[in-house]
Amino acid sequence: MPNPQLVMYDEEYRLVTALCEKLLREANARVIFLVDKNGQLIAGVGETERFDTTSLASLTAGNIAATGGLAKLIGEKEFSILFHEGEKDNLHISIVAGRVILVVLFDNRSSLGLVRLRVKKASEELAALFNGLMKKAEEKEKSGNPEFPFAEITDEDIDNLFR
Amino acid sequence: MSFINYASREINCKIVYYGPGLCGKTTNLQYIYNKTADGAKGKMISLATETERTLFFDFLPLELGEIRGFKTRFHLYTVPGQVFYDASRKLILRGVDGVVFVADSQEERMDANVESLDNLRYNLEEQGYDLDKLPYVVQYNKRDLAEIVAVDELQRELNPTAVPDFEACAVTGEGVFETLKAVAKLVLVDLKKGR
Repeated sequence: MPNPQLVMYDEEYRLVTALCEKLLREANARVIFLVDKNGQLIAGVGETERFDTTSLASLTAGNIAATGGLAKLIGEKEFSILFHEGEKDNLHISIVAGRVILVVLFDNRSSLGLVRLRVKKASEELAALFNGLMKKAEEKEKSGNPEFPFAEITDEDIDNLFR
Repeated sequence: MSFINYASREINCKIVYYGPGLCGKTTNLQYIYNKTADGAKGKMISLATETERTLFFDFLPLELGEIRGFKTRFHLYTVPGQVFYDASRKLILRGVDGVVFVADSQEERMDANVESLDNLRYNLEEQGYDLDKLPYVVQYNKRDLAEIVAVDELQRELNPTAVPDFEACAVTGEGVFETLKAVAKLVLVDLKKGR
């Protein structure tokens, strides 16, 4: 498979959220999202309740995928940063650790320069965290994961979903 | 691949509806959207041309309920069916957990069905997936129309591996939820096996 399954544990989730909150403050941003390249929302901080986070995650991943396709066509590996400028709000989108997308939404209380600077620093810390998370998930998978909620799932459990 | 979040106790899975142009992929999603309670669905997004042909994808998030305390979410995607959107189709298959192939039952669309199915297999292989190992179901759509191919023949041509198949009329909703349930169930069973 091209990508191993993404698994998020409590401990790492707290660390990821703390890093995002720090970036939110330092970059003076409105919202920060972390999205899996497949379009799944991993974490979000700031004014998240004002946005349709699920749609945002899916479209961001589609955007990154399409831009990645463009990059390959001209012989680049990927475009690691995308910037969308609006009248009031702007989106700064970047790829962390090769598979996670960091989305920063900011308005005129911040600036592109500041966001770029802070994102660069935060990306390194996030990358280290996600690389560790991948290793942990792989190790747990190898040793058989007793916490895995679907290991003892029954046909009845599945049927119940569709009642 | 599915995303398991122990922190928020959620499991997210991705299902892709594939098939030739105008076979009814978007109509499947629209029907599911219209018939699902507000609390269980998110916004449906359609990236379409001005003539309502899918340009990039449709997206519909569904929340089915809980299994063992984990919220189970399915993200449904369609691909653009028209032949020249192949680059976009490949992108949408990334990270797929289950596939629905929607076939157009009309005689004149038989070649398009075969071509699309070959294209699905090829595009999956390019990303490192094997269709025969993925949770996968087939839907024979437009059974209400005249001049359609018999199901036996569709089976022979489009479903030689005999995965679960469903007759449908996506406009009226016949077979739509049956198809979705079948693929969702296969995805969950696959998750269980994967450990």
